[in-house]
Amino acid sequence: MTTAVVTPLAESAPVIHPVAADGVFSLLWLIIALPALSAAVLLLGGRRTDRWGHLLGVATPLASFALSVAVFVTLLGRGEEDRSIVQHLYTWISAGSFRAEASLLYDPLAALFLLLITGVGSLIHIYSVGYMEHDERRRRFFAYLNLFVAAMLVLVLADNYLLLFLGWEGVGLASYLLIGFWQHKPSAAVAAKKAFVVNRVGDIGMALGIMLTFVTFGTVAFAPVSAAADQASQGVLTALGLLFLLAACGKSAQVPLQSWLLDAMEGPTPVSALIHAATMVTAGVYLIVRSNFIFDLAPAAQVAVVVVGAVTLLWGAIIGCAKDDIKKALAGSTMSQIGYMMLAAGLGVAGYAFAIFHLLTHGFFKANMFLGAGSVMHGMDDDVDMRHYGALQKAMPVTFLTFAMGYLAIIGFPGFSGFWSKDSIIETAFGTNLIAGLAALVGAGITAFYMTRVMLMTFFGEKRWAAGVHPHESPKIMTVPLIILAALSVVGGALLLNDWIVDFLQPVTGTAEPHELAITPIMMSLIVVAVVAVGVAAAWFLVGRQEVPREAPTRVSVFTRAARADLYGDALNETLFMRPGDRFVGGLSDFDAHGVDGTVNGTAAAFGGMSGRLRRWQTGFVRSYALSLLSGAVLVLAVLLAVNIA
Amino acid sequence: MSATPFLVLSAILFTIGAVGVLTRRNALVLFMCVEMMLNATNLALVTFSRVHGNLEGQVTAFFVMVVAAAEVVVGLAIIVTIFRTRRSASVDDASLLKY
Repeated sequence: MTTAVVTPLAESAPVIHPVAADGVFSLLWLIIALPALSAAVLLLGGRRTDRWGHLLGVATPLASFALSVAVFVTLLGRGEEDRSIVQHLYTWISAGSFRAEASLLYDPLAALFLLLITGVGSLIHIYSVGYMEHDERRRRFFAYLNLFVAAMLVLVLADNYLLLFLGWEGVGLASYLLIGFWQHKPSAAVAAKKAFVVNRVGDIGMALGIMLTFVTFGTVAFAPVSAAADQASQGVLTALGLLFLLAACGKSAQVPLQSWLLDAMEGPTPVSALIHAATMVTAGVYLIVRSNFIFDLAPAAQVAVVVVGAVTLLWGAIIGCAKDDIKKALAGSTMSQIGYMMLAAGLGVAGYAFAIFHLLTHGFFKANMFLGAGSVMHGMDDDVDMRHYGALQKAMPVTFLTFAMGYLAIIGFPGFSGFWSKDSIIETAFGTNLIAGLAALVGAGITAFYMTRVMLMTFFGEKRWAAGVHPHESPKIMTVPLIILAALSVVGGALLLNDWIVDFLQPVTGTAEPHELAITPIMMSLIVVAVVAVGVAAAWFLVGRQEVPREAPTRVSVFTRAARADLYGDALNETLFMRPGDRFVGGLSDFDAHGVDGTVNGTAAAFGGMSGRLRRWQTGFVRSYALSLLSGAVLVLAVLLAVNIA
Repeated sequence: MSATPFLVLSAILFTIGAVGVLTRRNALVLFMCVEMMLNATNLALVTFSRVHGNLEGQVTAFFVMVVAAAEVVVGLAIIVTIFRTRRSASVDDASLLKY
């Protein structure tokens, strides 16, 4: 394969020119194979692997992480034009002119995802050893987690849309299995089903997008599509962009397919941290950034992405304000933060790098906070209601401190990772579109409000513990991952030093024209910090200074009631889709029962009645049979005679 | 020698047998009537054999006798068993094999 020097034009997506894998890069497949193998061993090995299953389950992601670091370091040593590496494994599907290769594409974008998935993934695996210690199905839990990691790695390493789709569905399956891990609880089983069904809606977009890609370009691999994208018509590109946006909405829980994420919190907390905060739900953002060569040429689709992102970031933040369940409050926050990433990704070349940057820092601090919430639940006998918490900072000092780091990061406290990533997005948004910028700015204020509320209700104030609950700090195996993630939440902003991440991703995302702001970046940051401060202060006056009732007050404003009901997302789905669908299916079922079944059953009944009459002829009297024999013989004879005479 | 008297006798015997099968209830009588029909047929076969001057009809008559003998063995065994269980040899009583 030839290597060409990439000289990207301003504001246009670079063409992917991958070089063949050699050296340490030829081990890329192993990064996926290790967790996949471990999942297979744990699932097929059954109870025999119960005693050491979790150790294998932790070891393989760690090994994958070590490999990811090794390939990352090697990648850094390469020139910028050689940083797209493709490893061809085998031809997956070959039918007529259609070919899908099982090939891995390792470039700066995939590299960062690899580190996030295996790094944060390993920490969450380690944490789970402690968190799931008393669960007798722990080995199965680790098998599913490994399966998830393997599928997610396939998703980000795929060099074509079809292989990406395999990983896409793989993480969907793992997510389904893990949300419903405690399937004895009907709520968990229903939540898993809901997540699966809502994701199917998005997957329709994905499948149609892949088909349209093949019809338009004759291939589904990224490199040739990126080279030929500018020859496709505007309509096709917009359609592709919207289809991939639909797919991203499903996977990343964006409006209008957001409703599953809050229910997904029924899964064990490490699952919420790994799948529903740090990695899987960001796959939609990955898809859009990966398909930048399509979105850059389809401004209409980009606008749609920005709208979805802006709506969702406010939507999730508002829901987060009213939730008393600590995990649901965090889930609303996740939705909102992914909205930020979508917003950034929709801003085009200027925003891609910041979307990924925020994705990484969010991976750190949200995983940290989810695991912290898990640690709190661990100490509070699995109670998730923040109204039953309070004053936990003394009882759980390590959890409190690490959670506080995540808190400071997510609200964008100056110096913490979230400050850098969110600021970049808000700034870029203002540079492109005033409304998007305002939405991002208001979102930052609401984020500060609800996160402060979570913080105050959980760790400060009076003890509101249920009788018989004695909160205690979690064991080391759970707190050490928390400490590491907290440290990453603090220093994650270093990725932006000297615009490192922007330059690093430049071969994938292209070079942005410097955008001009009416005000200096420093002023912008000050405004953001001021808005955040307003949010924190509001939370302090509304929650911190007052007694928090143990029961949720029922006499609340319409807004609170709406936010508690997830802004009526479920009600909307029910009236718009579920009930008409129900009626349609009911009609079909009636037609089947009365129309189709009626015909079939009627025929059967007619034959049954007829045979019921016919069998009366069987009297059991030998003489009557003999008579019929004789009359038959006479009849035959008569006919023969008649024929002979005539 | 005319074949007609033999054929008439054969027809008479066959009719007596057939009427007996249709009208009598006793299994043994029924059985004898069946034998009578078989022998009426044998008589016709032998007669035609003489008329045509070959042995095929006579051979067939022997086969009929053999089959009849075998049939008697099985039939009588059944009748005896029925009689033992029901204390009656009436065929109208043994009418369970129906709808």
